[in-house]
Amino acid sequence: MITIIDVGMANLGSITNMINRLGFKSEISNDISKIKLAKSIILPGVGSFDRAICNLKNLHLIEPLKKKILLDKIPILGICLGMQLLTKKSEEGKEEGLNIIDAKVVKFNFTDITNLKIPHMGWNLVEQKKKHILFDDMFQNPRFYFAHSYHVICNEKENIITTTNYGYDFVSSFAKENVMGVQFHPEKSHKYGMKLLKNFTENF
Amino acid sequence: MLRNRVIPTLLLKGKGLVKTTKFKNPVYIGDPINAVRIFNVKEVDELILLDITATIERREPNFEKIREIVSEAFMPIGYGGGIKTLDEIEKLFRVGIEKVIINSALFSNPEVAKDAAKTFGNQSIVLAIDVKKDFWGNYKLFSNSGKNKQNILIADHIKKNIDNGCGEIFLNNIDRDGTMIGYDVELIERYSRIIDVPLIVAGGAGNLHHFAEAIKAGADAIAAGSMFVFQGIHRAVLLNYPKYSDLEKIINEVL
Repeated sequence: MITIIDVGMANLGSITNMINRLGFKSEISNDISKIKLAKSIILPGVGSFDRAICNLKNLHLIEPLKKKILLDKIPILGICLGMQLLTKKSEEGKEEGLNIIDAKVVKFNFTDITNLKIPHMGWNLVEQKKKHILFDDMFQNPRFYFAHSYHVICNEKENIITTTNYGYDFVSSFAKENVMGVQFHPEKSHKYGMKLLKNFTENF
Repeated sequence: MLRNRVIPTLLLKGKGLVKTTKFKNPVYIGDPINAVRIFNVKEVDELILLDITATIERREPNFEKIREIVSEAFMPIGYGGGIKTLDEIEKLFRVGIEKVIINSALFSNPEVAKDAAKTFGNQSIVLAIDVKKDFWGNYKLFSNSGKNKQNILIADHIKKNIDNGCGEIFLNNIDRDGTMIGYDVELIERYSRIIDVPLIVAGGAGNLHHFAEAIKAGADAIAAGSMFVFQGIHRAVLLNYPKYSDLEKIINEVL
């Protein structure tokens, strides 16, 4: 059973659709008691950083989540904004992040490139910097769907799993022990995303 | 490197899919669930699903049908048709829609885009612009599936709604719809200059060279209907989508 955290602003339908297709069970929840029992967690998210953190605060989920991740070492996959929430802070807002990964979030900043639009929206490639189980047996030239204006900068470079180029190389996935984050949307990335979610659900 | 997206547009009328010409004469082309399954297998970049009678019939989106249609589609799907409230937008995201496409509601209630963008992010709110040239050759703005002319300057309307939080524009020339004679390059050139968010263009695609023309004119993404649902001069229904390598080739030639 995979627990998908309902921050109240994510497109949860497509994540559950894909997990169902993979033959796994999932539950969507923002209930502390359910989250305390979770075996693995997906933290999705669209919308703004502060709004998501405030929703987690109002639901009293911050401490239970951190305990599950940091003490119980439950596997967690952050998707898009969900990845960004795992860091210390974001240029997008004033709220503190969950501070689980030593990283921060900044807006795309193209000083000398004028023709690139923000958000970075569409399909892009990933370059694997490090072997990781999420990308095991991945199809050739995997491509993923992105839709974001902010991206993560990792302070600990060894946590970077893939980078993607949009104006410059940015971190498109990271991992540290039980904590994983992807900037793209695996749930909307055809067989490539399905393989990644399969690797997550089968191995964690 | 990011490649321009190529997006089949599917028109929902009642329970079936149709294809129109100049927003008129809907021709039945098949079952939506089957169509989405086929496009899923073909690994299309994205899909746009438009319920072309929801607004005219003054009803909300058919959530149950939409849920059924998108449940096995693993690519981003934009939905438009009959959207008026934040509550409806939230419901659409819950059934698995990635973006909502809004036209008519923004004339009576521009705040809905603002509220939705604040909650769900600009990237998920798409402003649909349907235009037609008038007798004097000026572009005019239309709502309600091309039925109501809106006497607002198109540029002003676009700017205002981008300021309100619309993170993408879906620009459609009604007169080119279903004609397969090529996109309205003049239209794309004129408005891409003032659009600093991703721009999807629609209306007129007939072959891959048309894609290249539109991208050259300033389109970030390409939408097409007839080209992806008809085959041959007799317009036999056959859902199709170019090979990834062919798209890469034609689009890279532009860049």
